[in-house]
Amino acid sequence: MTDSFTQHSPHLANRHAAEIRFQWAGRVAIFLALAFLFVMIGSIFYKGTGAFWRTYVALDIDLSKDAIDPQDLAGASYGGLVKKALKAKFPDVKARRDRRKLYGLVSSDAAFALRKWAEENPAELGGVRKFWFVASDDVDVLRKGGIDVEGKESDRRVSDKELKWVATLAAEGRIEQRFNWAFFTSGDSREPELAGILSALVGSAWSLLVCFFLSFPVGIMAAIYLEEFSKKGWWSDLLEVNINNLAAVPSIVFGLLGLAIFLNTFGLPRSSPLVGGMVLALMTLPTIIIAARAALRAVPPSIREAALGIGASPLQSTFHHVLPLAMPGMLTGAIVGMARALGETAPLLMIGMVAFIADVPQSILEPATALPVQIFLWADSPERAFLEKASAAIIVLLFFLVVMNLIAIVLRRRMEQRF
Amino acid sequence: MKSDHIVRSFDEDLQQIENLVSRMGGMVELQIDNSAISLVQRDVELAKAVRADDRKIDNLESEIDIAVVRVLALRQPAAQDLRAVVAVLKIAASLERIGDLAKNIAKRSTVLGEFRDIGASANIVKRMCGLVQEMLKDALDAHVTRNINLADDVRMRDVEVDQMHNSLFRELLTYMMEDPRAITPCMHLLFIAKNVERMGDHVTGIAEQIHYVVSGSLPEEERPKSDVTSLTAISSGEAAAGGGQAE
Amino acid sequence: MAYALEKSDAAQLGPSEAVASDPALISAVDVDVFYGEKQALKGISLDVPEHRVTSLIGPSGCGKTTFLRCLNRMNDLIDVCRVEGEIKIAGQNIYAPEVDVVSLRAQVGMVFQKPNPFPKSIFENVAYGPRIHGLASKKSDLQGTVEASLKRAGLWEEVSDRLDHPATALSGGQQQRLCIARAIAVEPKVILMDEPCSALDPIATAHIEELIDELRQKFTIIIVTHSMQQAARVSQHTAFFHMGVLVEHGKTEQIFTTPNDERTESYITGRIG
Repeated sequence: MTDSFTQHSPHLANRHAAEIRFQWAGRVAIFLALAFLFVMIGSIFYKGTGAFWRTYVALDIDLSKDAIDPQDLAGASYGGLVKKALKAKFPDVKARRDRRKLYGLVSSDAAFALRKWAEENPAELGGVRKFWFVASDDVDVLRKGGIDVEGKESDRRVSDKELKWVATLAAEGRIEQRFNWAFFTSGDSREPELAGILSALVGSAWSLLVCFFLSFPVGIMAAIYLEEFSKKGWWSDLLEVNINNLAAVPSIVFGLLGLAIFLNTFGLPRSSPLVGGMVLALMTLPTIIIAARAALRAVPPSIREAALGIGASPLQSTFHHVLPLAMPGMLTGAIVGMARALGETAPLLMIGMVAFIADVPQSILEPATALPVQIFLWADSPERAFLEKASAAIIVLLFFLVVMNLIAIVLRRRMEQRF
Repeated sequence: MKSDHIVRSFDEDLQQIENLVSRMGGMVELQIDNSAISLVQRDVELAKAVRADDRKIDNLESEIDIAVVRVLALRQPAAQDLRAVVAVLKIAASLERIGDLAKNIAKRSTVLGEFRDIGASANIVKRMCGLVQEMLKDALDAHVTRNINLADDVRMRDVEVDQMHNSLFRELLTYMMEDPRAITPCMHLLFIAKNVERMGDHVTGIAEQIHYVVSGSLPEEERPKSDVTSLTAISSGEAAAGGGQAE
Repeated sequence: MAYALEKSDAAQLGPSEAVASDPALISAVDVDVFYGEKQALKGISLDVPEHRVTSLIGPSGCGKTTFLRCLNRMNDLIDVCRVEGEIKIAGQNIYAPEVDVVSLRAQVGMVFQKPNPFPKSIFENVAYGPRIHGLASKKSDLQGTVEASLKRAGLWEEVSDRLDHPATALSGGQQQRLCIARAIAVEPKVILMDEPCSALDPIATAHIEELIDELRQKFTIIIVTHSMQQAARVSQHTAFFHMGVLVEHGKTEQIFTTPNDERTESYITGRIG
């Protein structure tokens, strides 16, 4: 029958319909997932990008000999100079409370910045000079539109008077937005306009370094032994089940373990990236072992047979032939594990890496905090401006995660060999 | 044959070849029979028919050849199957030779018809033919049933044919010495007898092939041989005495 | 008589190499192999003559590959596998405690079913064996060894100008010949081949078969094959395994024309399997 290809049974239509339904269900699911992802990332970017800019206020500072004695730079009252400049700008402000509010327009950092300038450029002292100072967080938030100026005065952090001053300054072109380099170059601060992520970033880097150098060699060796050398039996099965279980243990439990053993028993320095890295290593180890074993198992047995068949010892077979083939998979697993460790907060909280750390840690033994912990801290702060910082820190964290995953992909592409 | 091949069409191919051999064997048997009858009854028409029918046997042989080559090429038979197929090739050749010899007998019997009856000698030839025909029949049966004992038995029976040929040989030699006019018919008869003896040898060969097919080796024991005609000489004195002994 | 003549011919012209007269290089006595509880080989006693190709045939799961892998103790890799009995190669029981499996495998090379070159260059593939066994001390020695092995494997002509290319880019047949070159580069006594042509096309197979016949001058070869025609073409001796038992062992032409055992007959004529 030639038309048997064109005559269909009624079942066939149903089967096709089922397939089309399934495909659409899949597409809708993916669309929803992508939509949520976009909403999340979009809101983070919406909130966070502001933190990469900060508001500066220009003031005319009197640098005459009376104000700053070039022979005695340390003796000058830089804070007073800044206040004087503000007073000169708004001479009609008389009340003490209003004065304090007026002085609060610029960051407390202004005096330090002025002094630093003076120490670096003693030759240029004298006369009146225009300086750009970092504005206070309230002004910053106000300029970025974070304050509802139409609302009742008692409901906002900024009073009507302050609004007027800022408006005046802005009208004179004395308020500007500049790129916030300090966000990347300074540590945490009580003042939101001065807070940066450098100390947290370095803390994370130290921890990850410790984590990598502990978990990668140990994990790879364990995987190689378990996969290539150990006898298969109930003991290795038990081990495998336990490693898999370990990978599923909540990370806070590792934090508790670190607290109990590394801090209390061994007495290692609290809040240090060393302990943080060790705890993260414990947490990453099962992931690395599992990934490495999978990578080893993916190497075809024919390669081992080929090597053993010409008289290579099992060690030679493993290290000359199997390991190079498994390496891309192992590295990918390790990097994915590292990425997870980078984003981990809970175990670090347990070992005290949650402290306020303004200084950049210089070694793995100094107190430090980590990027996700910093985000946690900022998100928890009362100042409105810190919320923006938290979002910005999340962006930085996401950036590093993406970079790490890209490295994993590139490594896999580069090292992957056909077999 | 024992258990079947996994590929059933292989069995069919082998069966087809076996059938061809059986058919050819049957035709050859008939040819032997008819040639003997034409000799004894001086039936020229029958002799002609025998000569004509030989063509059919030749055709059958080439048909078997083609079938065998085909099986060799397409099935690559091994062991028992290989032996069977190769043996069939040889058996077919032997049968074809037997057919040729029968044709030759028929040819000579037409010539003999023009001469005076030689009497008892022709009957001896006919009995020889009967023996050979019987042997051939058993050999073909042995082939179909893969009966090694029957095949060995056939092989042993050739000795009778040889002995009959021997005595006929001496008898005809004597005739020819006594009466030179009898030389022509006697010579023809002698050749006919020789043909029959050769047929017996071919049947023996067939039996040996069957032995090979079944057991995988050719028969080891020497076959009893009684064809001494190549060593027989009769002096005129002996001929006058009415027969002598072969040395 | 014509047939009698034929018979005596067979006795005279037949193989100059009768089973009994060939000196045995490998001799297995009463070998049992167990996988856990399951017995894979039962009482295998087999002599493998030197400088001959011996093929092991039999249906799948009959134990021929298991036996092959006993000969270079590849079965050691399987934890549950247990070998009993004695296998002597050149008089030495290879399962004796003093035998080091690494040096055994240098003596008994192996070629596998699927060509399995290392994912490295052609040169590195062949050079690896001599290097780990310290057979070539200088770089020039190593190059000589690689060239000689590739030549002996009939691959030199095809790859001499691209030794640094990846071996995995070669065709299947070339890869398999490379694997053979890799095996012979360490100068083994015995080469085991586990269905070396099952993944190759007929032309590549013919190349390998021709190669096997040449290699016989220098090595003793044992080949497991599923193709009975191949066993018939390349080997002088054939052993038929069935259900873990060595059913029959003999000259190849004898096995393929007049096997002694019913089961061999049935297998090679295509009645069981």
